[in-house]
Amino acid sequence: MNISLNITKTFTELLSGFLPESTANIGAMVIIALIYLAIFSVAGLFLVLIERKVAAWFQLRLGPNRVGPWGLLQTMADALKLVSKELTGTVKADKFLYNLAPYFVIVSSLMALSVFPFTQNFQAFDINIGLFFLIAISSIGVIGILLGGWASNNKFALIGAMRSGVQTISYEISVGLSLLTMVLITGSLQLSEIVEVQKNGWLIVQGHIPAIFAFMIYMIAGTAETNRAPFDMVEAESELGAGFHTEYSGMKFAYFFLAEFINMFIIAAIAATVFFGGWLSPFGITDSIPWLGVFWFLAKTMTLVFLMMWFRWTFPRLRVDQLLTLEWKYLLPLNLLNIILMALIVWLNLTIQF
Amino acid sequence: MDTTIKNSNLKSEEYFINMGPQHPATHGVLRLLLTIDGEIIKKVEPDLGYIHRSIEKMCERDSYQQIVHLTDRMDYLSSHINNEAVCLTVENALQIEVPERVKVIRTIIGELTRIASHCLWWGVMGMDVGALTTYFYGFRDREMINDIFEETCGARLTMNYNLPGGLMFDIHPNFVKRTKDFIAHFKTKLSEYDTLLTGNIIFQKRMKGVGILTKEDAISYGASGPVGRGSGYSCDVRKYHPYSALDKVTFNESLKTDGDSFARYQVRIQEMWESMAIIEQLIDNIPEGDYQTATNAVIKLPKGEFYQKVETARGELGVYIVSTGTKNPYRLKFRSPGFSNLSLLNHIAVGGKIGDLVATMATLDLVIPDIDR
Amino acid sequence: MTNEALQNLISSWIPELEFTEEGSQFLNITVKPQQLHQLLSQLKSNIETQFDYLFCLSGVDYEKSLGVVYHLESTTHRHILVVKVETEDRENPTFDSVCDIWKTAEFHEREVFDFFGIKFNNHPNLKRLFLTDEWVGFPLRKDYVDEINMVIK
Repeated sequence: MNISLNITKTFTELLSGFLPESTANIGAMVIIALIYLAIFSVAGLFLVLIERKVAAWFQLRLGPNRVGPWGLLQTMADALKLVSKELTGTVKADKFLYNLAPYFVIVSSLMALSVFPFTQNFQAFDINIGLFFLIAISSIGVIGILLGGWASNNKFALIGAMRSGVQTISYEISVGLSLLTMVLITGSLQLSEIVEVQKNGWLIVQGHIPAIFAFMIYMIAGTAETNRAPFDMVEAESELGAGFHTEYSGMKFAYFFLAEFINMFIIAAIAATVFFGGWLSPFGITDSIPWLGVFWFLAKTMTLVFLMMWFRWTFPRLRVDQLLTLEWKYLLPLNLLNIILMALIVWLNLTIQF
Repeated sequence: MDTTIKNSNLKSEEYFINMGPQHPATHGVLRLLLTIDGEIIKKVEPDLGYIHRSIEKMCERDSYQQIVHLTDRMDYLSSHINNEAVCLTVENALQIEVPERVKVIRTIIGELTRIASHCLWWGVMGMDVGALTTYFYGFRDREMINDIFEETCGARLTMNYNLPGGLMFDIHPNFVKRTKDFIAHFKTKLSEYDTLLTGNIIFQKRMKGVGILTKEDAISYGASGPVGRGSGYSCDVRKYHPYSALDKVTFNESLKTDGDSFARYQVRIQEMWESMAIIEQLIDNIPEGDYQTATNAVIKLPKGEFYQKVETARGELGVYIVSTGTKNPYRLKFRSPGFSNLSLLNHIAVGGKIGDLVATMATLDLVIPDIDR
Repeated sequence: MTNEALQNLISSWIPELEFTEEGSQFLNITVKPQQLHQLLSQLKSNIETQFDYLFCLSGVDYEKSLGVVYHLESTTHRHILVVKVETEDRENPTFDSVCDIWKTAEFHEREVFDFFGIKFNNHPNLKRLFLTDEWVGFPLRKDYVDEINMVIK
């Protein structure tokens, strides 16, 4: 049997062999959801491990090196520990919202993963408004943070949650606008389409100057949206202890923690797809082997993830008012100008095509 | 129009939060009661005493040799200088002239202690403003100094290397070489500190114009050390009341006139350079001689009052001894630099954000056991 | 200014001061509680003395009496002076606060109040600093007894 890389189709066809069509569709979706869930919980754990190794490298340390070969199983062990830990909480917490918050965060970040084309046709859900869906989904996470901070009944958590609200809502605009700049070239929101367009050159090359601006703005805003240093106002451990998740323990804390890392992956993956050609290999060197696209996609994404880790372990944190100044006074106007510039370039056909 | 705001039911209220005693930014067990309006600090009230051990009362019971041990536990980051302060007070009271060798060694180790303390401060300072990597860089260099101390006197932190009348034992044969190696190493690394943190735009934005202390206020609040000198208040005890071998060396008092957090930061970085200069002047000419003078087993100070100031890494440490001629002090008071520096926190933090408070507090370089003696 | 010049100048302001240099490296002035605030504010404001830096404020229990010792330094003239004040009232010892002259006194006076029970008039926030509000007694007084925590040798 020839297994196509189009996994949704493959599973549906496989199941419809012995099931009615509607059941087969649902069955295929469930199977794919389970596969994604399993893969990305593990991937999230390894992102944590990579972060710790990178941090150690920056900080003249060794990093985790005891559990498993080269410490590869360290975060697995941490996860096991977190699963076995007691779930504590404050007495006067709003129990329902308090328990709901972590699921908001983790579900929204896992949902976003479904639309990425890992390689040609290897995509769970090729929705025609892919980018829009991503931006919409990634803003749901902040509701979880707000709920968690508010329902914990802890002032530090509340301050963290409020900061998060302010920050994510502000930087959402920059993320959206910088991606919109690129959509002007592609003319499509569908991610598979966006990658297809880049066969004539990655968008960062096609769009040259405004694309580079858009990429820089996107990386800054994206880092801010994932609440990572230098924009980690939400947690700011030297100011707020642990911020919004001060009162969470065990697996509920792990959901927040994991979601942060998966979000980082998502931000990097969007950048890789939109600016750097997704699964396309540089100069088409491996076009004949489609499954190698996964490698290129992950390589590009991990490079950008490394960039974000680099930010985190080098820069000091901004203050909350400086954070907002940066967005509203600098990034937003720059972004709007950039869109006009990009529109002109597309209109006058000044893009670079190979 | 503002009438809509007046008539609406929305109102803002000040609220209180407890920062500490278990909080990452209070470095120990300092508790701050903050009155906050949103993110803006309205009032900072320190609540002390979480690790108060009543050292002053214990001193009234102990002999002078024993008191030296207790001083290690005050400002543990400049333990050697604390020891030295008590020893100098006793030596001055008994009019013992300690050998030149002792004076030079005391000064060298004192300056090494200052560098070690500032290294730790620099690391923690970076961490407080969110740059976690600085912590490890600061500790890397501090560790080398601690190794030198360990080889010399067997202890890394609470050294207790001084005795009234001299030193516990002579320096290790490797001491001179290792200190020189350290200076050579640290000269390259201290410039790296500037590259990593000082020049960073975010860091400068966080520090400049924040936590401003004027010179008049600095004097009135009894600020000393880098906190005072960051406000342009020339208060280096090493210059005005030189002790040990400090009258034989030339160095510049690092002064900045801005009075903000960044000025205090720069003063400390500058002080590390100056301390290296002091060590370099002394390290090649450690005079030969005894490392202690004989004192009586039971030291009895003459009747009277004795005061000695020294410059620790945090500022001016004063030892005030009232003696009635017995083997114990009648009253012993430590004027600790952190205590006075803490008292001005409310003055400079009000009006800033929570993040500013943390950054400002980091530039005061508080060591809580120094405050809770 | 030398100690002698200081003594001449200060004794011209208030006649009943006691000066001594015995048993101390600094010039000591003993002042009556009533004249304390007047003397200290004059010491700071006078152009020739300018004692603007209060570097140490200590409470001392002299057994018969309770006292406070002020160590003053001038940052312009670099001379040092010690001012002492005593009271025999052990039940309710009270002096005037010098917070309005040197702001650092606020914390130092709270410390003295905490450990010696000496009260300061016009202090903005006179309450225990290190010890809890419920603490009974003043630990640094010589007659303080705590059989559990104090090891007497």
